[in-house]
Amino acid sequence: MNSPLEPTVLLHLGPVPITSAVVITWVIVVVLALGSFLFTRRLELVPGKRQAALELLVSTLDEQIRDTTGAEPAPYRGFIGTLFLFILIANWTSLVPGIDPPTAQLETDAALAALVFLSVIWFGVRDSGLKGYLKSFATPNPVMIPLNIMQNVTRVFSMFVRLFGNVMSGVFVVAIVASLAGLFVPIPLMALDLLIGLVQAYIFAVLATVFIAAAVEGGASPTANPERPPTTEDS
Amino acid sequence: MDYLALTSIICAALSVAFGALGPALAEGRAVAAAMDAIARQPEAANVISRTLFVGLAMIETTAIYCLVIALLLLFANPLLA
Repeated sequence: MNSPLEPTVLLHLGPVPITSAVVITWVIVVVLALGSFLFTRRLELVPGKRQAALELLVSTLDEQIRDTTGAEPAPYRGFIGTLFLFILIANWTSLVPGIDPPTAQLETDAALAALVFLSVIWFGVRDSGLKGYLKSFATPNPVMIPLNIMQNVTRVFSMFVRLFGNVMSGVFVVAIVASLAGLFVPIPLMALDLLIGLVQAYIFAVLATVFIAAAVEGGASPTANPERPPTTEDS
Repeated sequence: MDYLALTSIICAALSVAFGALGPALAEGRAVAAAMDAIARQPEAANVISRTLFVGLAMIETTAIYCLVIALLLLFANPLLA
C-alpha cells in the first residue's frame, strides 16, 4: 500500500517533478475559471435557472460572511468563496475513479493555509495600517506578543493538518475497505466522504473568515458591532 | 521482526485508540449541549449549529493529529529508515 504522505510523481518538467495532485489542481482551476466565465457571461435582470442557482450560492456565501464578520461581505467574497468552491470540488474529485483529491496531499493544504495566513496579514494591514496591525499583537498587553505570534502560526498549521487528515483518512479508509471487501462495499463510506468533504470545505472557509475578522477587528476601535461574531479559540 | 518496528506498530494503534477516545467523549458532550440549546431556543438553531460545526471540527482536530502521528509512525518513521 502506498504511503499517504508521499506524492505520486507523474512527470518531470525539467528538474521539477509534477505530481498528480498538481495536475488535478490545474484541471480544477481551469474548470472553475471557465465555469465562472461562461455562467456569468450573460446576466439578466430576471434570472433563469442557472443564474438563480448562482445567485443562491453567492447570497448564501454573503449571508455567512456577514453573520461571521458582522461587516459587509464584498471585500471577502472573492477570497472566501474561491477557497470554499475550490476545496469543495477538490474534495469531491474522489468520486471520479482513479483520481485522488489534491487536498489529500499535505502540500496542497499547506499552500491553501499559507494563502489564508498571508490574507490575514493583508486584510489586517489594509484595515488598520501596518502600525495598527503590528500593535494588535500587543493586545491586551505586550507580554502576549510571543503568544499572539505563535497563535497566528499554529492556528494555520492546525487548519491544514485538519483538512489533510480528514480528506486523506476518507480516501484511505475507502481504499482499505475496497481492497479487503470488494467492489461495492465502500459505497456508504464514499457517501460519508462526500459529507465530510462538504463540511471540511465549509469549516476551512469559516475559519478563514473568523481569522480575517479577528485581524480586522483587532486593529479597529471596539465600538461597532453589537453582535459579536463567534470567535473560536484555537486548538 | 525488528523490535523498533514492532513498537512503532503498537504505538500507532495506541495513539489512534486513545486519540479517538477523548474527542468522542468531547463531541458527545458538545452535541448534547447544542441539542439542549436548540430545544430551548429553536429560533437560534442556525447560529448554534454553525458554531457547533466549527467547534466539532476543532475537537476533531485532536483525533486527526493522532491519526497523522500514527501514519507517520507507520509510513514515514525516521527511526526505521
